[in-house]
Amino acid sequence: MLKLSPDSPAKTGEGNRLAYILSLPALLLFAGVVVIPLAMTVILTFHDWGQYKGIEPVFILKNWAEVFGDPYYGEMFWRTFRIALIVTVLAALFGAPEAYILNRMRSPWRGLFLLVILGPLLISVVARTLGWALLFGGNSGLVNKALMSISVLSAPLPFMFTETGMVVALVHVLMPYMVLSVWAALQRLDPQVENAAVALGAGPFTVLRRIVLPQAMPGILSGAVIVFALAASAFATPAIIGGRRLKVASTLAYDEFLNTLNWPLGATVAVLLLLALVLIVVGANRLVERRYAQVFG
Amino acid sequence: MSRNGPVALAFHALFVTFMLAPIVVVCWVAFTPEGFLSFPTDRWSLRWFAAIARYPEFVAAFWRSLWLGALSSAFAVAVSVPAALAIARYRFRGREAMTALFMSPLMIPHIVLGIAFLRFFTQIGLGGTFTGLVLSHIVIVLPFALRLTLASAVGLDRALEHAAVSLGASDWTVLKRVTLPLVVPGLASGWALAFINSFDEVTMTVFIAAPGTETLPVRMFLYIQDNIDPLVTSVSACVIAITVLALIVLDRAYGLERLLVGRTGHGR
Repeated sequence: MLKLSPDSPAKTGEGNRLAYILSLPALLLFAGVVVIPLAMTVILTFHDWGQYKGIEPVFILKNWAEVFGDPYYGEMFWRTFRIALIVTVLAALFGAPEAYILNRMRSPWRGLFLLVILGPLLISVVARTLGWALLFGGNSGLVNKALMSISVLSAPLPFMFTETGMVVALVHVLMPYMVLSVWAALQRLDPQVENAAVALGAGPFTVLRRIVLPQAMPGILSGAVIVFALAASAFATPAIIGGRRLKVASTLAYDEFLNTLNWPLGATVAVLLLLALVLIVVGANRLVERRYAQVFG
Repeated sequence: MSRNGPVALAFHALFVTFMLAPIVVVCWVAFTPEGFLSFPTDRWSLRWFAAIARYPEFVAAFWRSLWLGALSSAFAVAVSVPAALAIARYRFRGREAMTALFMSPLMIPHIVLGIAFLRFFTQIGLGGTFTGLVLSHIVIVLPFALRLTLASAVGLDRALEHAAVSLGASDWTVLKRVTLPLVVPGLASGWALAFINSFDEVTMTVFIAAPGTETLPVRMFLYIQDNIDPLVTSVSACVIAITVLALIVLDRAYGLERLLVGRTGHGR
């Protein structure tokens, strides 16, 4: 029987038991459909594979040796993380000022533009990337025509099947996360502090640098971690813009799984991507926490 | 309060253009009267929207995506409610770890989840089945459902439940007549956010969907991999229109900011 009445003993043994019973369905689901499949994937990385024999359930380090030994994989992982880093920097560079501008807008506009900028987050990634593929569209693409007409470019720049194109499309796809994160940080900012700084004679640039930026920084950094992790593991956008030629970690794993059918090798690439991301994200979070513990602690 | 200067507004205009450009372009090209990709200027046509009906794969995938989203979100909410009550009301051992586990599908790359599900479902005989799709989608949308059910469970005023009990209501009546009605708006928004995320998911689903069980984003993705023609732009335009409609309804009903940022009110 569900016990929700006020006399239900929270913090006691019975309350604890009830909490476990209440979370049991979700726990069972996650044990069965998340923990076991992930464990199976890790085990898969140690299995052998051959063109004719398929997957052999043995314990070997062949796949790991191949991924670490063959410079092809090193180059591909380097490309993946280089793209993710550039995307992160660009998203912070443009997303943070935009969040600040949004925050200073008045009531109807604020809500409207927040909807316009955050809304794409919920629109299909495939549809958004298709838009970029249409805009890039070879040498006659709209982006090149526009950039050449305002003399930013003298000759058309290749976007399709290039890292440049991937970066532009990924910045667009992941930008809402950065704006959202900085926006959330700016909500905690007290406008009176800005006014006080102005009253004490600070110029607009000083206010930005000394008052707004330090308070927005936690939002920028947490947004950067999210954008980096999502950019490094993005699949649909690199697959559509990069085509079959320009590979990143996720598209390579996809190829190994669904074209070459070398599942153990594909699993190894994916598990390595997961491990690298966990290390980077946890490391970055530590760094941020330590820095802000010093500032506020 | 200070206003945005002209430079800030110009930056804002460029930013909004950047965010909207690809979405507008897809919808624009969808209205082309030509047989190839082009930007219609003087003549508009609905021929590529009519053409969708002649490709049963897209229509079937659309209905499948709707069902999949509705079912998996409903299950995710159903599983989230008791879990959210436990997390919000009790301080038990392993509470933090459990919450982290339930939120983990947000952190684990979907490419890794897709591979894990493909291996798992193939082993247990659910490979390429709709059941497999539903199971995997419940897991990936559960964090969204849990976040909103948790928010409404935390915000629940327990004095109302106490009042009902003091007036003689049984535990079951309290749950049915007081607790649930109070959390229903949160549950509905949780379901909607979960639905949108299921409806859009492509990276994980592309691994486990078979030719008979492709979802709409997967069908679109595979189609684009082969070639890009006006047909896929009109399908995309429909998807965009549906999402925008859902967004506006959600924004009116619950507030997009609250939904995504997870806070109430508009700051100042």
